[in-house]
Amino acid sequence: MKLKQLISLGLITATSVTVTILAAPPAQAMHIMEGFLPVTWAIFWWILFLPFFWLGLRSLNQITKDYPELKLLLALAGAFTFVLSALKIPSVTGSSSHPTGTGLGAVLFSPLIMTVLGSFVLLFQALLLAHGGLTTLGANAFSMAVVGPIVAYGLYGLVLQVSGRQTVALFLAAAVANLITYVVTSLQLALAFPAPEGGILSSFIKFAGIFAITQIPLAISEGLLTVLVWNWLVTYSQEQLQVLQQIKPKSL
Amino acid sequence: MKRQRTSWNNWLLISGVILLAIIPLLAIRDSEFSGADGQAEAVIGEIQPEYEAWFEPLLTPPGGETESLLFALQAGIGAGTIGYVIGLYRGKHERNSTFK
Repeated sequence: MKLKQLISLGLITATSVTVTILAAPPAQAMHIMEGFLPVTWAIFWWILFLPFFWLGLRSLNQITKDYPELKLLLALAGAFTFVLSALKIPSVTGSSSHPTGTGLGAVLFSPLIMTVLGSFVLLFQALLLAHGGLTTLGANAFSMAVVGPIVAYGLYGLVLQVSGRQTVALFLAAAVANLITYVVTSLQLALAFPAPEGGILSSFIKFAGIFAITQIPLAISEGLLTVLVWNWLVTYSQEQLQVLQQIKPKSL
Repeated sequence: MKRQRTSWNNWLLISGVILLAIIPLLAIRDSEFSGADGQAEAVIGEIQPEYEAWFEPLLTPPGGETESLLFALQAGIGAGTIGYVIGLYRGKHERNSTFK
């Protein structure tokens, strides 16, 4: 029995690793690139981002101390963002972008926890992949790891209350969080680079035309993948989900 | 019975994701599907031609091959972790239900 379990565990792990490695499309960078925000804007977004990160660290610390049994689930939430932000998926606009994966963890734990996990993913990509950047990390983290998760969390609660359907709420939360991330990115770029004619609004429309429209099908993909992982959790780990239900108000 | 329905739903979800990725490839033939941020960079160049990046990445992957290796590694580590956690929960779940 024990051996059989180990073998099945190994197989699941090996299969998922192989599938993603074989499926990895050629890489392209995303988010705001290194050096592509003027200094004052880079600093502005860093300052806006840091308090959320600090609160997130505190909340993460609290959870791992009080509920060590939830560490695995935390790893899952982090890993989900990690995988999804590595998947460069071609889109209808003829360019490609990647999902963000922040919705799942935001709904499971809290938006603040995702601020920390999402920032680590962005840091990894900025340092090793020249994808995003250190100077633009504040701005990128603010859109993907602060605004995205907060929107996901709020929307999930709202839709759940209105419709009473958990999977619908989760799908919408994850998809909209993904989309809003790139709407914020477009806004950040528009603020820093207002068009000589038409100003911020005209720039925003230009950037959103690139980022947000590319992102629509990917947002749907992210919603579907989030529901998939959620289904697994509901089937196999009711216990952990119940613990989460109890601590949620506190960890926010 | 309920379990069977979930697994059917899960296959539908996976097919949806695969379709969403393949349709653009078939529909738009003459595109390289370059990154959206590269296009944004071009727009910045249009709006403010005199702007220059004031900071360079500390470490840039030496080429497309290494870059895709690192991305594959990122996806691999993440997917491995997810597979491990779900597998572990599943094992626990099944052990509990056989004892009951």
